[in-house]
Amino acid sequence: MTPAGAPGTGRGEAGRQPPAGFGVEELVVAYHGRTAVAGVTLEVARGGVTGVVGGDGAGKTTVLRALAGAVRPASGRVRRPPARRIGYVSAGPGVYRDLTVDENLAFAGAAYGLRGRALAERAGRLLDRTGLAAARDRLGGQLSGGMRQKLALAMAMLHEPELLVLDEPTTGVDPVSRAELWRLVAHAAAAGAAVVVATTYLDEAERTGWVLVLDQGRPLVAGTPAAIVDGIPGAVLDASARPDRGAAWRRGARWRVWSPDGSATPGASVVAHDLEDAVVVAALAARARAAREKEAAA
Amino acid sequence: MTLVRVTEVTHRFGSLTAVDRVSLAVEAGEVVGLLGANGAGKTTLIRCILGLLRPTSGAVSLFGLAPSRRTRTRLGYVPQGLGLYDDLTVAENLAFSARAFGGAQGGHGGAPAAGPADADLDRDVEAVAGELVGNLPLGLRRRVAFSAALAHRPDLLVLDEPTSGVDPLGRAQLWDTIRAAAEAGAGVLVTTHRMSEAEQCDRLVVLAGGRVAAQGTMAAIMGDASTVRVSTLRWEDAFLALEEAGLPVALVGRSLRVPGADRERVAAALGAGAVEAELDLVPATFEETFVALAAAA
Repeated sequence: MTPAGAPGTGRGEAGRQPPAGFGVEELVVAYHGRTAVAGVTLEVARGGVTGVVGGDGAGKTTVLRALAGAVRPASGRVRRPPARRIGYVSAGPGVYRDLTVDENLAFAGAAYGLRGRALAERAGRLLDRTGLAAARDRLGGQLSGGMRQKLALAMAMLHEPELLVLDEPTTGVDPVSRAELWRLVAHAAAAGAAVVVATTYLDEAERTGWVLVLDQGRPLVAGTPAAIVDGIPGAVLDASARPDRGAAWRRGARWRVWSPDGSATPGASVVAHDLEDAVVVAALAARARAAREKEAAA
Repeated sequence: MTLVRVTEVTHRFGSLTAVDRVSLAVEAGEVVGLLGANGAGKTTLIRCILGLLRPTSGAVSLFGLAPSRRTRTRLGYVPQGLGLYDDLTVAENLAFSARAFGGAQGGHGGAPAAGPADADLDRDVEAVAGELVGNLPLGLRRRVAFSAALAHRPDLLVLDEPTSGVDPLGRAQLWDTIRAAAEAGAGVLVTTHRMSEAEQCDRLVVLAGGRVAAQGTMAAIMGDASTVRVSTLRWEDAFLALEEAGLPVALVGRSLRVPGADRERVAAALGAGAVEAELDLVPATFEETFVALAAAA
């Protein structure tokens, strides 16, 4: 059930007592009887960017689809605006290859009842901000990966949605276009939209205000990027060689070692770790916990 | 030992110069990252190194020889699409690629590349030998592709975004394998535009507009480039004001960063928008440095 649609917040009101955002609570989604995600709670605040992080098969797309209303959950609660107030960019090419950039925008606009001057005005503004103005007569299929993703994002933002759902918008996109895409995303949030972005990359997650990390359909860890970094059990050590025992992973030519009790070991010293290390530790801790539970059950 | 030597290579497609007088080398035992935005010339350069394209001018030497079918057998290549057959089992894929290399063995000192990471790789791949590749999760599919590329113990590994789409733990395992191959004496050339991969490399070569825009360690390339960090209670207003002024502003959490900008310009833009904020000059990230290099080309 969706709540009655709140009217659009409009530009410029962001940050001043925003109305409640959107999200999912205790979400469970199953496909053909197989559980895809379970126990997922996510708050997507208005006027901010929320990240959903995980590898292939972690359940990111399922959570985003449930939030956008594209899949019915087996249980749990979903809070979202009416469909007309949602913008959704699915993973993969979200543009029509045999339509021009202009035609793609007009087609997306028509789906939301935008035409004539209103359409021309908003499309023009987005074309300027995406740098696609010079390519408006090019076919979608002829655009580079970065341009295609910018067009897909522009199409999803055309009707100024309250909730913007973006599934891996930067996959296959180089750093230059990536910076431009993130600028568009931040602009939408600054103008008051609730934005949720799925990514496999933690350097991207660090740009968001709040992150949910998924692992095999379950929440692994959640919080602000800084809180996730600070909240790991124990400490991360730096060493020049793989230690005899304990969990270790490479960082360039050196090793990172997880010390669950936070103590340093011979040849290894505590190092300031980042979000990538913190998520590795969270995954290792979850695996260790699962192994203990399995042992206890046996 | 120098495994790859690219000397003043230029490659033109008609009037388009895709690669413009590029020189680089990959030594045995090192991991070199080749970075570039789309259209920077990475793919063309890799094709020249693999021997699939002949440079318009300049020279490529692989193991001291011109690229040929013979040098091909000493090379392991994992493309972004992985090059596996989804409808064959893991064992069938590995047998197929082994036959393609005619059982040829590379020559890094004859020592078997048997670090602990490779034992992990062998065990994980062995455990799914009978499964169809198409049914495996991406992380495991990538490990199978590594196994296929490493089976003939190549002297040179060429990897295209080797950890794309994989979670951090899976990414760490893949880098374990890559590093173990380098420690056993192989040279590794990684093409990527992801920072999590670039920072795993010993050395980076940044291409922009077909030319080498920078090379060296990540720290050396970053040098003392700086970014203006904007801390404010009203990031939304600050963001819109800076964007309005045409500055390359980025949102990071609840603060903003303006790479390459000078403090006065940022202060002026914020003043015009009547936004109160604290400004600090902080070191640029590698990604910010990279974008600046690409934009300058």
